[in-house]
Amino acid sequence: MSEVPEPVHHGFEPNPFGPHHDPISSDPIHADVASPVEQPELVQLLTPEGERVEHPDYSIDLSAEEVQALYRDLALVRRVDVEATALQRQGELGIWASLLGQEAAQIGAGRALLPDDMAFPTYREHGVAWCRGIDPLSIIGLFRGCDSGSWDPIESKFSLYTIVIGAQTLHAVGYAMGMQRDEGQGACLAFFGDGATSQGDVNEAFIFAAVFDAPVVFFCQNNQYAISEPIEKQTRIPLYRRASGFGFPGIRVDGNDVLAVLAVTRRALEAARSGQGPTLIEAYTYRMGAHTTSDDPSRYRLASEMEAWKLKDPIERLKAYLVRSGQADAAFFDAIQAESDELAARVRSGTMEMPDPDPVSMFENTYAEITPYLEEQRDTFLAYQAGFSDQDSHA
Amino acid sequence: MSTSPVTLGKALNMGLRKAMEDDAKVLLMGEDIGKLGGVFRVTDGLQKDFGEDRVIDTPLAESGILGTAVGLAMRGFRPVVEIQFDGFVYPAYDQIVCQVAKLHARSRGRLPMSIVIRIPFGGGIGAVEHHSESPEAYFAHTAGLKVVACSNPVDAYWMIQQAIAHPDPIVFFEPKRRYWEKAELDTEATPEPLFASRLVREGSQVTVLAYGPMVKTALQAASAAEEEGISVEVLDLRTISPLDMGPVLASVRRTGRCVVVHEAPSNLGLGAELSARITEACFYELEAPVLRVGGYDTPYPPSKLEEDYLPDLDRVLEAVDRSLAF
Repeated sequence: MSEVPEPVHHGFEPNPFGPHHDPISSDPIHADVASPVEQPELVQLLTPEGERVEHPDYSIDLSAEEVQALYRDLALVRRVDVEATALQRQGELGIWASLLGQEAAQIGAGRALLPDDMAFPTYREHGVAWCRGIDPLSIIGLFRGCDSGSWDPIESKFSLYTIVIGAQTLHAVGYAMGMQRDEGQGACLAFFGDGATSQGDVNEAFIFAAVFDAPVVFFCQNNQYAISEPIEKQTRIPLYRRASGFGFPGIRVDGNDVLAVLAVTRRALEAARSGQGPTLIEAYTYRMGAHTTSDDPSRYRLASEMEAWKLKDPIERLKAYLVRSGQADAAFFDAIQAESDELAARVRSGTMEMPDPDPVSMFENTYAEITPYLEEQRDTFLAYQAGFSDQDSHA
Repeated sequence: MSTSPVTLGKALNMGLRKAMEDDAKVLLMGEDIGKLGGVFRVTDGLQKDFGEDRVIDTPLAESGILGTAVGLAMRGFRPVVEIQFDGFVYPAYDQIVCQVAKLHARSRGRLPMSIVIRIPFGGGIGAVEHHSESPEAYFAHTAGLKVVACSNPVDAYWMIQQAIAHPDPIVFFEPKRRYWEKAELDTEATPEPLFASRLVREGSQVTVLAYGPMVKTALQAASAAEEEGISVEVLDLRTISPLDMGPVLASVRRTGRCVVVHEAPSNLGLGAELSARITEACFYELEAPVLRVGGYDTPYPPSKLEEDYLPDLDRVLEAVDRSLAF
């Protein structure tokens, strides 16, 4: 019998980079490398138990209503996520990328955005989309295969989902360079994951942002896994420390603490808007679900790891804080529960009723000015389709 | 009014200047394009006149250049990106193919992608590896991109301005070995449309199709053929994607014979597509199969061998003879 593998630690303690890189500590060449025993600093304003704590550099002062609103965001986006996962299991969606466990990172970041700011998501930022006022059904349409994202990226200030890992970080920097040139008031918030930090595009984005002082904030949700590969396969040092090599500040925040994420992201966006250049935020969190509905995390991580992270659940801790501090009562939570169920029902029925796209629409918008050759193909296609009209081929 | 001989490189420079004067949203981006004026001096003096915010010396990272150009285009700018040499475009290939080419469709037409990607291409300058390639087929194969190639100073001046003003992303190939060729340029003339092929020499027996640096080679071959009593018609394709098939088919219907010439390797190159389209449209008018004269399917060779690799006057004539012998 083989031994049960030792679970890889991804919690806040001990140091997640602990046992893997310690032989170099006595080597003077490597003296500057992160000490294996050093605890990376992590901004936290709310403990996993829901206790409000202070941080010397980051404070936040929210009314009860504002904290309740954050709770509502967290609860509703999780409910949509659960519903979408169920819809995929029932064959209504081709695939779904769950945000389970990352709600606080996304809501904290999303609520830090001001109207002039522009967000650049990966394919998992359902919480940020929610904060930008995008209907969950627009997100679902993509995963159902109806379109590639039906929201208006300019009007909503939320770019399209980007599936090529890290590519959108460069778009964010370019857009921010545009803001510098047309005297825009906002900043860009570029989302990516721990795996993306290995991509050339992300590193090039860091370089361009740094040398042009672009008003952009890099928001890395370190959810500990790039599909199956743990963070140790991407980095030897805590990700937020990468920023120092590029010449701008990096900070690690408890990604399951919505208050801390909000405070840290607000500060970084303010710095960007006021001409102080980029910041890298590493939101330390955990992907509690699978990478997507096509993934099977039981092949590469232990249930006990998940159990440990459940104790740090972003929604439970805010609920505990609201209850403990007397800022919300049972009626509030009942009302959110009822709203969640209503939203889930709307998402479900909206998905079922979503029409298939018109087949000829694939020819539209390939170009701003369609080419004669493509027009010819479109007309041939239409004529071909018309040959089946009596068979009611796309009812 | 103002007619004076200018080089192809200078004509591009003048065209870029005019485009920047006409539209404040036009930005130039690239490596060494500022103070140095580009390794071929195509952007010479533009940073001095338009400033560092509009003529941007970028970090040495092609994917970064294209990726940030995408963001600028989303913001409503019209970035004109210089890729220093053909063989250096590949680090940006992902951004070009997955983002530049697709964002208009992905956004249902909401995101403007007015980006021009200038690439000096082709061989014949005795350069080291990665400096003499002809990668146009990679881009012509990609839906969402348009691809053009200029062959002379007059086209260079107008086509670069038309490409910049066009709403779709365009890969703009510049024949680097012809940068120093001169022609009279009337900046007040009325230009031809961008996506139009042009008959550059009339003939009756064989149609030769070429673009970029091979147009001059094809014309030289046609002159040589004339001395042997063979009448060769030459078309400058100018637009590679979309192809402007009207003039091509009209010519082939007249001559019944066609030779396609390009520096790029023949396998799955533009010649293959042209051959297929001509055959589909002119099957009964053809007197011979469409023949191709291209680079060989090898990596671009060391420069001592490039004269053996590149199509030249004699290889074009040899193909013309083969066509006539059918």
